[in-house]
Amino acid sequence: MVELTLPKNSKIKKGKTWNPPPKDAEKNRWREYKVYRYDPDTEENPRVDTYWVDTADCGPMVLDALLWIKNNVDSTLTFRRSCREGVCGSCSMNIDGTNTLACTMHADDARHNLIAIYPLPHMPVVKDLVPDLTHFYAQHRSVEPWLQTDSPTPGKEWKQSREEREELDGLYECILCACCTTSCPSYWWNGDKYLGPATLLQAYRWINDSRDEHTGERLDDLEDPFKLYRCRTILNCTKSCPKGLNPAKSIASIRALMVERGE
Amino acid sequence: MPTPLAQARGLGAAHKGPETFWRQRLTAVANIPLVLFLILSILLHIGSPYEEVRTYLANPIVAVLMLGLVLSATIHLRIGLKEIVEDYIHGDALRMTMLFLSGFFAIGVGLASALAIIKISLGS
Repeated sequence: MVELTLPKNSKIKKGKTWNPPPKDAEKNRWREYKVYRYDPDTEENPRVDTYWVDTADCGPMVLDALLWIKNNVDSTLTFRRSCREGVCGSCSMNIDGTNTLACTMHADDARHNLIAIYPLPHMPVVKDLVPDLTHFYAQHRSVEPWLQTDSPTPGKEWKQSREEREELDGLYECILCACCTTSCPSYWWNGDKYLGPATLLQAYRWINDSRDEHTGERLDDLEDPFKLYRCRTILNCTKSCPKGLNPAKSIASIRALMVERGE
Repeated sequence: MPTPLAQARGLGAAHKGPETFWRQRLTAVANIPLVLFLILSILLHIGSPYEEVRTYLANPIVAVLMLGLVLSATIHLRIGLKEIVEDYIHGDALRMTMLFLSGFFAIGVGLASALAIIKISLGS
């Protein structure tokens, strides 16, 4: 049956409070963060630790707060980050109840003053805020996300009109942060077979590329009740995408092409 | 131990899905006027004598529309139940059992409803 409760070894326990603010602290200067912690090297269940961040000494983004905690309070806190400007997709995590990028999420934009941070949902956790995305990347690889042609390669370039290139807007910007895929309940229940919104958006990016000559083969590979048709148009994917893309629309477009070629 | 790519590819594409998707949408659209017709028929006959309702249902146009509703709703029900089972039940044996049972249920309900309409419309 579908998992509605966490396995015993994943149940979250109360953690510790690391650095309560000084008693004479200026009002609203310190912000509380509750952060998921899990260490695979111990037998212990995950826990949620509380940290206080001095906002006067820290940048405005949630990633700034995490770095502040790591530098000033707890160097064992583990998370991925790289570009700190919403391009690499490394720092995707569940912040304040929504999957997003820590580097582009302004702490003041959180719905709650207390900001809760968890790893991306329903993925195996490597450590703390680092999920295991091996299967997600393998699914992306499985749709062969590169230009495929049979015609002789032109001497200079594969030509594409300005209009044809514009067809890829809203698709090529995907940074594979997995915010959309891990927010999708259908992916939670059937992620072993369902490709999920990010991979399907990437698949559509190549189906929709005027230079690609393997459109039919690409559709053949997606023509499956689980790989494509598990999408229930819940639209969590579109809502959570930190780049403002619309994976649900891409999935609908692939389905429309399936009907077009079959009916 | 299979590689991540082998796991992602699994058994490959089944080359099925568009027909079910299309049929589900088609029956969903068909169900709108047909269910409205059913509701209207019920509202028009609240408190009517038994014989009057039988005569109404025996009208060929009414009977055809009612049979159409049964057919469309049964197909929609069958697809919907199958998808729910596939989504939420993961053990192979339990999933197969539930797929059989949900299929028999949908088809059984459809056949019983169709038989009732046919019996009434043929006056037996």
